[in-house]
Amino acid sequence: MRPLVITLTAALTAVVLAGCGGSGGGGGGNGLSGLIEADGSSTVGPFTSAAAQRFKQEQSGVNVTVGISGTGGGFERFCRGETDLSDASRPIKDEERAICEKNGIAYSEFLVANDGIAVVANKQNDWVDCLTVAQLKRIWEPGSKVKSWQDVDPSFPDEQLKLFGPGTDSGTFDFFTDKIVGEEGASRTDYSATENDNVTVRGVSGEKGGLGYFGLSYFEDNRSQLKDLKVNGGGGCVAPTRETVQAGTYTPLSRPLFIYAKTSSFKRPEVEAFIRFIIDHEVEIADAARFVPLTAAQLKLAKQELRQAAG
Amino acid sequence: MASRSAVAPPALQSSRIRWGELVIKGMLALCALVSVATTVGILIALLQPAIDFFREISVVDFLTGSEWAPLFEPGSFGVRPLVYGTLAVTFVAIAVAVPFGLGSAIYLSEYAHRRTRKVLKPTLEILAGIPTVVFGYFALVFVTPWLRDIGIQVDIFNALAAGLVMGVMLIPTVASLSEDAMQAVPDALRHGAYALGGNRVHVATRVVVPAALSGIVASFVLAISRAIGETMIVLIAAGQQPTLTLDPRRTVETMTAFIAATGNGDVPRGSIEYKTIFAVGLTLFVATYAMNIVATRLVRRFREVYE
Repeated sequence: MRPLVITLTAALTAVVLAGCGGSGGGGGGNGLSGLIEADGSSTVGPFTSAAAQRFKQEQSGVNVTVGISGTGGGFERFCRGETDLSDASRPIKDEERAICEKNGIAYSEFLVANDGIAVVANKQNDWVDCLTVAQLKRIWEPGSKVKSWQDVDPSFPDEQLKLFGPGTDSGTFDFFTDKIVGEEGASRTDYSATENDNVTVRGVSGEKGGLGYFGLSYFEDNRSQLKDLKVNGGGGCVAPTRETVQAGTYTPLSRPLFIYAKTSSFKRPEVEAFIRFIIDHEVEIADAARFVPLTAAQLKLAKQELRQAAG
Repeated sequence: MASRSAVAPPALQSSRIRWGELVIKGMLALCALVSVATTVGILIALLQPAIDFFREISVVDFLTGSEWAPLFEPGSFGVRPLVYGTLAVTFVAIAVAVPFGLGSAIYLSEYAHRRTRKVLKPTLEILAGIPTVVFGYFALVFVTPWLRDIGIQVDIFNALAAGLVMGVMLIPTVASLSEDAMQAVPDALRHGAYALGGNRVHVATRVVVPAALSGIVASFVLAISRAIGETMIVLIAAGQQPTLTLDPRRTVETMTAFIAATGNGDVPRGSIEYKTIFAVGLTLFVATYAMNIVATRLVRRFREVYE
């Protein structure tokens, strides 16, 4: 439900804004105009939207629509040539790359921010602060028989475990199963699987024995309703914060986020200007969209990529 | 209804062909055809992908399997959890809608003063005009916490709250249709019953309700069909976790919620995941259609015909 609604809302907003911009009379920037279509990861979507909002203040003639049909769904449209930009919470897969190549879609990859997956529990949960990757794996692996918190660790109470998480379309699902279970897409199936992270927030905050996972940005939005769990990836318990994600110590659940730009679109001045804007204002946008900004080294790399793409 | 003849009385029959009449007749027939054609169209659209689906997954596995996880690798395709989820919600909804709806109808038709009825009936029908998405959130943020407050241990997403709210939503459907049917019962029957010494309760329950039974049962059938087909309320309040249980306190996923959630996702066209949508849709169609047939039979058998 939500991706469609958000896409429509974004599109409508863009149209409304376009109307306002028109009456303003090209007051902004050097008068670029056009429509940039972005789709893809629901995690990266808010980042692109935040960037588009700020870009709009400089270039009132350019409208950016941001869909959130998932990283896989986004690439599917991108490789059919339907979108200019594809938001992705993981690098493009070989199969997707092959489809793009077959359809003659060339592109550049831009690292735009860092993200972590937060593992969350109910506020009333007072028995657990940290889970090891092995425990998370026991809970989430296919065919898992873990029904109660006591099955996770005998010292935990016999409280029913109620699981919530993203559906199979989500880049977050791919990433989590890859890092925790050890095989991308391998997961138990008897949990509330939804592409709508708000359902997970509502579910975990409504069940004392609730456990769920989603992007750190969603957790920061709902910090008051949920308890974040530390994750022990072998080097001790680490909380999901922007510092630990940036430092790369929140392992294995931190990841880079990308925006892919179609080469033929990138040749349009407004698209190039938008990407340049994102990289120049990366820290500000990432902060606004509640992501973890790039480190200085990552930013240097992104600027290099931009120079190459601009040829 | 069935006894009414389509032949015009002799005075209106004419040897002259009336073209205007023919055009109107044709247009009216077209109107009737639209709904029939739509139904047939839906069936055809459902059938092809559903048949493709059953080429890959046997009907037996589909109907008897106890796990529904078609989007996972490897997928499992037992539809029973979805059917159970639908049944649990429907059962709760009907347990609310039928007694309250019929009670309202009897009150409105047999007890209420005409002026009271004039105010009450439209008020009741407002309930039918509330968007289902509003009912859904009402169930989730109001009814579920309330159930927990009174000591019923429900999951945060559960069939009970969704069913209760859906039942309330269906009260006007049952009440309004049943009341119409009871109003259509000839007054002579009521007078006769009173003359025999019956009191109001007897007249209402032993004379009017049996006489209006076909209309009343039709309202139940419509309510059940709508409960089975209702999507938004269950999507919001009943959950998205297929569970093989009839316990309404648990999180379930109904057939309609699966179709809505999956149809809006990114499953690639033509994949087996995509075809599951149609297989479930066909199951839903067959279930409601079979129920309608059974209901028609029942009505025919128990109907009391007067005049």
